[in-house]
Amino acid sequence: MTEPLYRAEQLTRRYRNGGTEVLALDHVDLTIEPGRRLGIVGESGSGKSTLVRLLAGLDRPTSGRIWFEGTEITHLSERRLGFLRAAVQMVFQDPRSSLNPRMRVGDIITEPLRSRLVRRQLPDGIDHARRLAEVLDAVDLPTDAGRRYPHEFSGGQRQRIAIARALAPKPEILIADEPVSALDVSVRAQVLNLLTDLVAAQGLTLIVVSHDLMVVRHLCDQLAVMRQGRIIEQGDTETVYSQPGTEYTRALLAAIPRIRTAG
Amino acid sequence: MKRAQLITGLVLVAAVVVTAVVAVFWTPFDPLRVVAGQRLLAPGWPHVLGTDGFGIDIASRLMVGARTILLVGIISVGVAAVVGVPLGMLAGQAGGWVDEVVMRVSDVVYAFPALLLAMLLAAIYGGSTVTAMVAIGVASIPAFARVARAGALQVMASDFVLAAKSSGTSRWGVARRHVLPNIAPLIGVQASVGFAMAILAEAALSYLGLATPRPNPTWGNMLRDAQNFLFVAPLQALWPGLAIALAVLGFNLLGDGLRDYLDPRLREVP
Amino acid sequence: MSLLEVRDLRVSFGRRRVEAVRGVDFDLDDGQRLGLIGESGSGKTVTALAVMGLLPENATVTGSVRLRGSEIIGAPEAALAQLRGDAVSLVFQEPMTALDPTMRVGRQVAEVLRLHQGEESGPARERVISMLAEVGLDDPARIADAYPHQLSGGQRQRAILAMALINSPDLVVCDEPTTALDVTVQALVLQKLDEVLTVSGAACLFISHDLAVVSQVCDKVMVMLDGQVVETGTVAELFTNPQHPYTRGLVATARLDQTRPGQRLPTVEDFYAPDTSVGERP
Repeated sequence: MTEPLYRAEQLTRRYRNGGTEVLALDHVDLTIEPGRRLGIVGESGSGKSTLVRLLAGLDRPTSGRIWFEGTEITHLSERRLGFLRAAVQMVFQDPRSSLNPRMRVGDIITEPLRSRLVRRQLPDGIDHARRLAEVLDAVDLPTDAGRRYPHEFSGGQRQRIAIARALAPKPEILIADEPVSALDVSVRAQVLNLLTDLVAAQGLTLIVVSHDLMVVRHLCDQLAVMRQGRIIEQGDTETVYSQPGTEYTRALLAAIPRIRTAG
Repeated sequence: MKRAQLITGLVLVAAVVVTAVVAVFWTPFDPLRVVAGQRLLAPGWPHVLGTDGFGIDIASRLMVGARTILLVGIISVGVAAVVGVPLGMLAGQAGGWVDEVVMRVSDVVYAFPALLLAMLLAAIYGGSTVTAMVAIGVASIPAFARVARAGALQVMASDFVLAAKSSGTSRWGVARRHVLPNIAPLIGVQASVGFAMAILAEAALSYLGLATPRPNPTWGNMLRDAQNFLFVAPLQALWPGLAIALAVLGFNLLGDGLRDYLDPRLREVP
Repeated sequence: MSLLEVRDLRVSFGRRRVEAVRGVDFDLDDGQRLGLIGESGSGKTVTALAVMGLLPENATVTGSVRLRGSEIIGAPEAALAQLRGDAVSLVFQEPMTALDPTMRVGRQVAEVLRLHQGEESGPARERVISMLAEVGLDDPARIADAYPHQLSGGQRQRAILAMALINSPDLVVCDEPTTALDVTVQALVLQKLDEVLTVSGAACLFISHDLAVVSQVCDKVMVMLDGQVVETGTVAELFTNPQHPYTRGLVATARLDQTRPGQRLPTVEDFYAPDTSVGERP
């Protein structure tokens, strides 16, 4: 049996928000196999973003343990997390705030290649300029985009820049936190197609966080529904859709706005 | 309205800078040599602003004073920024006890008026332009630290810093590539306002005799000299006072104008 | 005379005259619900702001916007303030910035009432609570006494709805009112909006980038592209027989569930190829 990519046991995350204590994750168990495309669905407060931040090593759990490729990463120091940083890349929700407005697009995309931690994991002599051209091509942006600044691009284009940045260090896993929620509906299809193509072409493992079940349906073959810090339902995407196991999942499915043609 | 503010500020600042630069090479008359028979002449020709109690052309002294003020402003703001900004960035980025320590120390310095420090330095080393610059510079550090810290906190909360961290960028890399370029406009505004305060502080210090010693002219000590002749030649006090007021106004307007100019640009068209 | 008559509305910004709206015409009758759909940068929000007289200082506006015959463009601020909250009200996207965090919710709703009706605090509180109940808030008395940060996003947005409707306006302008909300809350807020609009008989101008969302509230829709209206029609007409290629693209991308998972999703570019290049969008 192949080693699971991620293993999480009893993951719990508590933090203080002003005076109150918030339980963002409540003893979550999760296993992710390599090559899978997992969707984590839930509304605000479900803990989905907290969970993926823990998986990406951007946060530490209050209790519980995480393993990545067999190595426990729960309490590893930043210095020793190089292998995680090189293998796992994230795409964030808001294309307006996930790109440094004062950096050129080319520098933004190649920034992961400049980190010492990541460089140690990569093959020697990665040519930044060539890699930049490769990923710009992969996300269907013109080669001169590298010289421009983020504000010169539309929301959909900026999200593609964010994807290019994530792809630059040749990761194995792509974590997308609400990749299209901040985009206009008409622009979403393009980014979704791009993600699907890239994941397939590069054999990536994909983890998508979304409150939109339709988005997840197109990107993922497996689904986990979260509510109030717990995973309440898990399984193949199509199965969950056609036979939702919980009342909450049914409510989520029913709430998706459908075009109403009657008056 | 806002643009008028910015332009006025620019014009006034430019006037001070040009005057100072010109004064390096040329003044209408010697600003230091006493001329016996020409004391307290009223404004006219060739002494456009008149002469002071030593017969020296006021306009020339004013020009040299501009040079001094500019120098003091640049050095003290420079010192304050070079020390204050990294401290503020450190506090904002590191958080926790580092933040606490830096900010509390900064508060202590903030509470200590530049005046006291200047007096202390003057007592030890004798008042001079250098002691004034150091005193004002040190006293201005907390303001820069505070602004840098506020800016750093805001930047650290943004997604692109999170993205940088997830790409493995070191804390130093984040500071250099992300925090610094994004707080630069804020620091620029603070520098302009800080310059205005430095001018005022220098004027006050040299008025009190704690800064540039006579006979070198600064606008502050020119005011003090003019005091002696206030009822005989009141105009003598007007010129340095006006110069100080206009210079301070200019830098303040520039700072405000810059702040307003930067703001709407950050807001996208709906 | 229609409730709202917009003729050749043109809006540009700044000294370089960036054109956001380039000649928009439409009428809105009493009780009618009109959706304005388009992408970011299409000019839809600017149009809404123009109707409310809320454009920033650096905007140059020409054309005519008449509310019950009175011209909005160029009208003095005092006259506009009279209209806002009374004849016309506004629901924007971010509920947190539309509410004063230092004031209890009930008081804020009451303030809208008092500004235009001049009612005393006693009967005002009752009106406020009944309005909060009407927008579907459970335990309206508790909500009225709460501060905005104590409420969820959906509750805040419904409180804003209450503020918008308490003076029985003739026109409610909504700009992406549910975009920031979770999907179940969005469904609820849209349903409530539909109900209270029907009950009060107010007209509605609903702006969004989401055709499916717009269709929950409106029957007629205008499609905006690059500052102009390219097509108008009922939702049914647009859906079954879109005329403009951009509209076809919008309709195709409006429903992700029409494509089987694993298949390529249709994009707007499949139907409509703009001749803009990188760097032209604001």
